[in-house]
Amino acid sequence: MNLIDSTQAKNTLLSSEIAASERTLYPYVTGTSVIGIKYKDGILMAADMGGSYGSTLRYKSVERLKPVGKHSLLGASGEISDFQEILRYLDELILYDNMWDDGNSLGPKEVHNYLTRVMYNRRNKFNPLWNSLVLGGVKNGQKYLGTVSMIGVHFEDNHVATGFGNHLARPILRDEWHENLSFEDGVKLLEKCMLVLLYRDRSAVNKLQIAKITEEGFTSYPPYALKTFWNFSAFQNPTVGAEGSW
Amino acid sequence: MFRNQYDTDVTTWSPAGRLFQVEYAMEAVKQGSAAIGLRSKTHVVLACVNKSNSELSSHQKKIFKADDHIGVAIAGLTADGRVLSRYMRSECINYSYSYESPLPVGRLVVQLADKAQVCTQRSWKRPYGVGLLVAGLDESGAHLYYNCPSGNYFEYQAFAIGSRSQAAKTYLERKFENFMSSSREELLKDALFALRETLQGEKFTNSTCTVAVVGVGEAFHILDNQTVQALIDSFEIVGEEVPGNDEGAAVDQGTAADEGAPADQGMAPMDV
Repeated sequence: MNLIDSTQAKNTLLSSEIAASERTLYPYVTGTSVIGIKYKDGILMAADMGGSYGSTLRYKSVERLKPVGKHSLLGASGEISDFQEILRYLDELILYDNMWDDGNSLGPKEVHNYLTRVMYNRRNKFNPLWNSLVLGGVKNGQKYLGTVSMIGVHFEDNHVATGFGNHLARPILRDEWHENLSFEDGVKLLEKCMLVLLYRDRSAVNKLQIAKITEEGFTSYPPYALKTFWNFSAFQNPTVGAEGSW
Repeated sequence: MFRNQYDTDVTTWSPAGRLFQVEYAMEAVKQGSAAIGLRSKTHVVLACVNKSNSELSSHQKKIFKADDHIGVAIAGLTADGRVLSRYMRSECINYSYSYESPLPVGRLVVQLADKAQVCTQRSWKRPYGVGLLVAGLDESGAHLYYNCPSGNYFEYQAFAIGSRSQAAKTYLERKFENFMSSSREELLKDALFALRETLQGEKFTNSTCTVAVVGVGEAFHILDNQTVQALIDSFEIVGEEVPGNDEGAAVDQGTAADEGAPADQGMAPMDV
C-alpha cells in the first residue's frame, strides 16, 4: 500500500473532521402560488408561468401544471428544479405501474400518498425537495384534491392553494366555492383569485396557465393574461394626505 | 416418479427438459391436506381440511390473512407457507403505507410467483414446498389464484389442492359455471360440499374444516366454529358412514356408496 494513501486514511481517522453536509439550504429558481379547486367534472388548477430568480422575474414560460398518468394533475410552487425531479420520480412510478399491464392503475389518492412519503422522507434527511405540491385527479368518478408541503404536511380538501394563495385565494374560495361548479364558473373563480395574487404577490407574472383533469383525462389551456386596472384614484396622487418625502 | 441422476440439484435439467426438484416440490403440495377455493364476481371463499399430528395436538393453521382484502390457504410444507404469508403481509402493508390503497391481488400474486421462481434457479436454494390459493379483491372484482412451487400462477374460478383434491375438483367442475353469479351463501355451500368430497366419509364437523371469506365490502376473515357448524347444519351436510369397500381404487369416486347424502336437495355428490 502507498504511503500517501495510509497517511490520508490516518488523517481522516484521527481528526474529528465532519464531512461537509450536503443538503438543500435555500431555493434558487422558484414558482409562486398554485390554486386547485374541485368542480363538477373534476379538478381545475391555475398557476402563473413565472420562474423567479430571487427577486428577479427571470423566466416567464415555466409550466407548473403537469399531468401524471391517466388520472392525475400535479401543480407545484417552490424550487423548479426540484419540481422537475419530482416529475422524473413520478414518471418512473407511472411507468412501472403501466408495466404491470393489469387492470389496475395508480389513482390520484395513491400518487398523493406516494408524494407525501417522498417529501417527508427527504425532510427527515434535512434535504427537502423545496416544493409545495397540489395533486388533483378523478378516478372512477371519484374526485380527489390534495396538497403536500416540503416538510410532508399533507391533507385533502375541496380547494387548496400554495404559498401566497393560502392567504389571498383561500378566503375567496371559502366564500365562493360550492359543490358542482360549472367549468366556466370554476375558471371565473380561479381568475378572481389569480387577479388578487397578481396585484399583491410580487413574484406573480401576468401569464397564467389553467389546466383541468376529468374522467376523460388531462387538458391544458393556452396561457393568457388577465386584465388589470391601475386607475384607482389613490394611485393618481399617491402623496396626497401624506407628509414627508416618501 | 422415480429417482434418477438428474434430480439432485434444482439447477440440473433432465434430458427431457424437466427440473425434477421442482416437480418433487409440487409432490409435497399433493401430500398436504386439502385446500379449496372458489369465487364469484364479488366474493371468494377458501376452505381447508384441518390436519393435526395427533388428537392431543392443535390443528395446523392453513389459512392466513394477508390484508383486509387478501387471504391465502396453503397446502404442503406449512413452514414454507407461513414464511410466504409473512412476505405477503409485509408487501401488503408496505404498499398500503406508500399509497394509502390496498395492494391489487394480481400484483401480489406475480410477486409471489417471481419469488418462487428465484428458488428454481439458484443452486444454493430449494423450491418452496407449498401451494398457495390466494383469494383477494382488486379494482376489477374478486379473484382466486393458485401459486405453484414452480413459480407459475394461474387464475381460477374454483380450484382444489392437496391430498384427495381431485374429488373436490370433480365436484367443482360440475358446478363452476354458475359461480360467477352465485351469492355469498351459495358459494359457502359449494365450498363445504366440495370439501366434504375430500374427506371421503370421515366425520365432517366444524372441527375438521376451516372456512374463510373475503368480498366486496367484507374484509377477509376466518369464520368461527359456530358459524361453520351452523352452515354445515343448514346445508345438511351430514357426516357420512365410512363405506364398506376401501378407498384403494375408488379415490375419485368418493362417497358413491353412501346413504346420508342429502339427495333431496339436488346436491347428491357423486355418481348421479
